[in-house]
Amino acid sequence: MGMTLTEKIVARAAGRQTVEPGENVWVDVDLLMTHDVCGPGTIGVFKREFGQDAKVWNREKIVLIPDHYIFTNDERANRNVDILREFAHEQDIQYFYDITDRADFKANPDYKGVCHIALAQEGHTRPGEVMFGTDSHTCNAGAFGQFATGIGNTDAGFIMGTGKLLIKVPATMRFVLNGDMPSYLLSKDLILHIIGDISVSGATYRTMEFTGTAVEQMTMDERMTLCNMVIEAGGKNGVIAPDSTTLDYVTSRTKVPFECVHSDDNARFFSDRYYDVSQLEPVVAKPHSPDNRALVRECRDVKVDRVYIGSCTGGKTSDFVNAARLIQGRQVKVPTYLVPATQKVYEDLFTMKLNHQTLSEIFLASGCIEPSAPSCAACLGGPKDTFGRLNEPEVCVSTTNRNFPGRMGNKQAQVYLASAYTAAATALTGFITDPRDFLT
Amino acid sequence: MGITIRGKVFVVDDNIDTDQIIPAEYLTLVPSKVDEYEKLGSYAFIGLPDRYGSFISSGALKTEYPIIIAGENFGCGSSREHAPIALGASGVRVVVAQSYARIFFRNCVATGELYPWETEERLCDLFTTGQEVTLEGDRCVIVNHSLGREYPLRSLGEAGPVIDAGGIFAYARSTGMIPLRSPQSAG
Repeated sequence: MGMTLTEKIVARAAGRQTVEPGENVWVDVDLLMTHDVCGPGTIGVFKREFGQDAKVWNREKIVLIPDHYIFTNDERANRNVDILREFAHEQDIQYFYDITDRADFKANPDYKGVCHIALAQEGHTRPGEVMFGTDSHTCNAGAFGQFATGIGNTDAGFIMGTGKLLIKVPATMRFVLNGDMPSYLLSKDLILHIIGDISVSGATYRTMEFTGTAVEQMTMDERMTLCNMVIEAGGKNGVIAPDSTTLDYVTSRTKVPFECVHSDDNARFFSDRYYDVSQLEPVVAKPHSPDNRALVRECRDVKVDRVYIGSCTGGKTSDFVNAARLIQGRQVKVPTYLVPATQKVYEDLFTMKLNHQTLSEIFLASGCIEPSAPSCAACLGGPKDTFGRLNEPEVCVSTTNRNFPGRMGNKQAQVYLASAYTAAATALTGFITDPRDFLT
Repeated sequence: MGITIRGKVFVVDDNIDTDQIIPAEYLTLVPSKVDEYEKLGSYAFIGLPDRYGSFISSGALKTEYPIIIAGENFGCGSSREHAPIALGASGVRVVVAQSYARIFFRNCVATGELYPWETEERLCDLFTTGQEVTLEGDRCVIVNHSLGREYPLRSLGEAGPVIDAGGIFAYARSTGMIPLRSPQSAG
């Protein structure tokens, strides 16, 4: 019997010929990522368990990325970045993307921003590898044909000391997305559609593998959006088989060798679901759950107070390009917050042009709020002084990933999750708006 | 799995995510620091909608409810270990839910902080906050003294011995995966 892509990666990492879904196996870890929110606790567990003088298992396989609570005056948040820095120096960690000058993030060339996008950008996401991160959206990296999933501090502390982790082999649910993507649809619509179908627990303990002609046509940014949100269906990991698009992206960013793997023709899948993407329409997830799906055109009477474009899910360069396409030459009707995921995305806003205008010029001319420093920002609320945080019970259309009560700050706030197109169209009217109203 | 615990239940329903268990603004607290662990406990469930009532009395550090009763997909959302730790630090010993999100369940087991029991029956519709129950791990049942009825729990299976051992480190040491801790390195 054949194996799925995920089973093959896990088998290799476990030193086995084959594995079966449901088995518990110890795997060798290729990369451990942690950030300022969970890193200090992970370091605390590592020291408690392995000793104050212990050394990490591999200084080249740990990536430390401050990204969550950076541009805040919260003293504990600032201290947590200091803890990462001290540990990086003590252990001589090879990849630590530091920030010391919070007043001007551009003065920190090492500072990247949101970990999942930074990992990809810096060549840390590689086909065939096993990555764990102390963040649920670590599944984002599955877009590169690797096994990547989120873990807690204790498991991360264990990996820090041993390079190993005991995991259960997940069964794979296959999602076959065929057809030509309509001009008004983005992969965010597809994943919201799927989560609406299978619910916020529909993929619990399982892999979501995306395949089909629509996926083959997608850029890496669009593939990342699909895999990023598998956690919103409860998925353990998301995965897309590597192809020439993947290799072009990865080999231009790293010299580290890797091995591509693919699902066998006779692999066993837990389930198969087929979609003709050409028949799908733009959707939102209404408050307060990512599976509370509705067609955008069914929500036209919902008046919004602000629009937020940002995060690992919806703050990539392509998200801003897509938003700018609709916004160019028009005026936004509500405060529109732009939070580039990384410093590279921020730079792109000032260098990439549509019709001779940079993205930044397009946004500012339309009345958007000036793009902020790259970080996780208000996607998860954060300290009270976080840029874009919903401190009042407002209605927000957001390109982020979760809308449970209080996710972006205020418990009574209402967050609608949407694509960058829908977010931009909504900004232009002040009501939830189908991008087809502006895309001709 | 020998745990037997008697106390009052706090009842919530489906899809209680980690932001409701411990909102992101409190994640600056580092759970491995003793004083911050205590503080995390004092904020447990502070993100719940107001209709659930208060989980921890104003000014208190601990809850009077050592047992949580929940519906489906308890602990969904973020991978933050602060979630099971905040509950554990607040005085919760066990959660009894219909199902769990994967990372939350895993974090309960890895830390040994909470026992994540599962039930077939939808207890969150049958129980009400404040009722007195006894959970008997050996017999895999929860007895509701107010209702005068007992309900079966699913076996914790392979997770039970890990939590009994005190988490993944103790378990890995007991099985020889990592060396026993030497007195000097105990830190």
